[in-house]
Amino acid sequence: MSAGETIWVDNPPFPANARRAVNDAQLRRNIRNATSTIRQRRATMVEELPDWQQLRTAGAAIKDEVLARLDRYLEQFEQAATQRGAHVHWARDADEANSIVGSLVAATGEREVLKVKSMVTQEIGLVGALAKRGISAYETDLAELIVQLGRDRPSHIVVPAIHKNRSEIRKIFLNEMGDAPADLSDDPHALAEAARQHLRRKFFQAKVAISGANFAIAQTGSLLVAESEGNGRMCLTLPETLISVVGIEKLLPTFRDLEVFLQLLPRSSTGERMNPYNSVWTGVTPGDGPQQVHIVLLDNGRTKVLRDHIGRQALRCIRCAACLNVCPVYERTGGHAYGATYPGPIGAVLTPQLVGVEHAATLPFASSLCGYCYEVCPVKIDIPTVLVKLRHDVVKAERASPESVLLTATGAVMKGRRRWTLALRLAPLMRLFRHGGPPPISRWTAVRDLPEPPRQSFRDWWVTRSATSKQADQR
Amino acid sequence: MSARDEILTRVREAIAPVPAPAADLTRDYRTRTGDGVDTFIARLRHYQAQTHRVPESELGRTVVATLRERHAHLIVAPEGIPRDWLVGLEPLHDTPPLDPQTLDGAGAVVTTCAVAIAQTGTIVLDGSTGMGRRALSLVPDYHLCVVRTDQIVSSVPEAIARLDPLRPLTFISGPSATVDIEMVRVAGVHGPRRLEVIIAG
Ligand code: SF4
Repeated sequence: MSAGETIWVDNPPFPANARRAVNDAQLRRNIRNATSTIRQRRATMVEELPDWQQLRTAGAAIKDEVLARLDRYLEQFEQAATQRGAHVHWARDADEANSIVGSLVAATGEREVLKVKSMVTQEIGLVGALAKRGISAYETDLAELIVQLGRDRPSHIVVPAIHKNRSEIRKIFLNEMGDAPADLSDDPHALAEAARQHLRRKFFQAKVAISGANFAIAQTGSLLVAESEGNGRMCLTLPETLISVVGIEKLLPTFRDLEVFLQLLPRSSTGERMNPYNSVWTGVTPGDGPQQVHIVLLDNGRTKVLRDHIGRQALRCIRCAACLNVCPVYERTGGHAYGATYPGPIGAVLTPQLVGVEHAATLPFASSLCGYCYEVCPVKIDIPTVLVKLRHDVVKAERASPESVLLTATGAVMKGRRRWTLALRLAPLMRLFRHGGPPPISRWTAVRDLPEPPRQSFRDWWVTRSATSKQADQR
Repeated sequence: MSARDEILTRVREAIAPVPAPAADLTRDYRTRTGDGVDTFIARLRHYQAQTHRVPESELGRTVVATLRERHAHLIVAPEGIPRDWLVGLEPLHDTPPLDPQTLDGAGAVVTTCAVAIAQTGTIVLDGSTGMGRRALSLVPDYHLCVVRTDQIVSSVPEAIARLDPLRPLTFISGPSATVDIEMVRVAGVHGPRRLEVIIAG
């Protein structure tokens, strides 16, 4: 079995990457600018809704309901989608999903396909797998296009080219796009226009498109794709064949449940009341859009995550990236340091569970456990608790070590948020390890800067700091 | 074992140890807010969409005048668009289906909508009369949408309750946009770069 690109095998582990990334000033500046902007937008949009907490609670409950009866919802979805003319396929792992998609494309006789941005196709490494079969898959989302043309990797779930600034993007377009105007400026409007021209003919000629889905409705067999640019609409509407790869955890029981998620997702991800476009389709609509519709339901480690009663909540994730945008570790290291498709706090809990902790043993340590990610998560994933649990698993896997003693204590403290906040005030204890400590504690401290015992708790400091940078942004 | 059966078996094994409690889902969030036409207009403007508000009796004349002002002549007109919205203009009908290049060459598309959401400044198309298939409202660079006041609901939950999930749905909140470059919002990428909304009634 292969998990595809869930982890990037050619990547060094987190500490080495992180050390390199924090020394890259340009990278840190790009990421800091972008994350502080989204943080502020999200905060404004969330404050506007007096019932935000009720929406979060409902979102978490709906996802828990799906996970608790996932077998039934999957069968229901399959039946409903099939009835409406979709072909439903099942894939145990990345290889199987790639081979299903590859065969479906091959059957159309096409050599070129268009792609809508999707995390799950990154996870399975679909573009690379198709290339091996002689099929070129073109990314159509602006950021994914930047990443693909630059032979780079995405570094953020929602804005994958967040690590590149405008002049870097201009250079990539000039060198790699082929049809970029020679006098291309680095104005974002000009860059977006160049992408529009570059892709327009492709949209009109494409016969096959590949997408993911943000939500899949068990009751009706419908899929939803949320986007901003309209490249999604182009791909979902103009080609003859549409293939959507969908993780089995993407289900929602009913169409009505969208009333919760269409409020949680845009406000959390891009800090908008609503993103420009959401497309919903159910199987085949005669005379409108693709008449060949395929859906590939993917496991690829998800059923393993489902087994763990603490870790399972990571499957509620709707990939909004709010946890990345508030994470002090992510802000310093960027997404590439995690060496995995899912970066940031959600990656630190999801990746090790998908591939097994022994294959991503440093990731559960890539966090200061400040708890900010939990606060912003629209589906209330208690990331710090899952991280601590995974640290236990790592330690267990590596047998008892001095660290395990420390972790047992941390685990007890982490059971209550008040106790945790209190414990942070006792953080000077950490000075014990501030010069590294014995392995594997060194692995932990190597990626977390604890220069002096903090006067202020880390959480308090981060909250104040965010408020300050917010003011700065407003000026 | 087929992949399907194996995945379903894995799921059952994973969830079996703890029998699922009855779903405890309380929908105690708001299903309705105080938002109405004014909020709807403010949100659309925030998205850089143009807006007009006219009495029903002026609708036809306003549609024609708006399209003229934008120098749009070849107008994609889905089935069901009233004739008096197209007086003196050259309508493009979708029978037989227009190809993407023709749609791309059109000056505008004019549609109605299924429902609109005031709180988020969203219009929803569902492909029924007056809206046509999805490509019609996507490829032309300028989309003029007519919304009647009784189609405007306050919130997302109210809109979802009115929609038929089996129709192809497109939720549109402003012209196409991207924030992919340094989080700067650029209006107009692949979808229509201009969105104009006439609110009638
Ligand atoms: S874990 Fe929560 S905050 Fe992070 S991406 Fe997933 S849903 Fe968003």
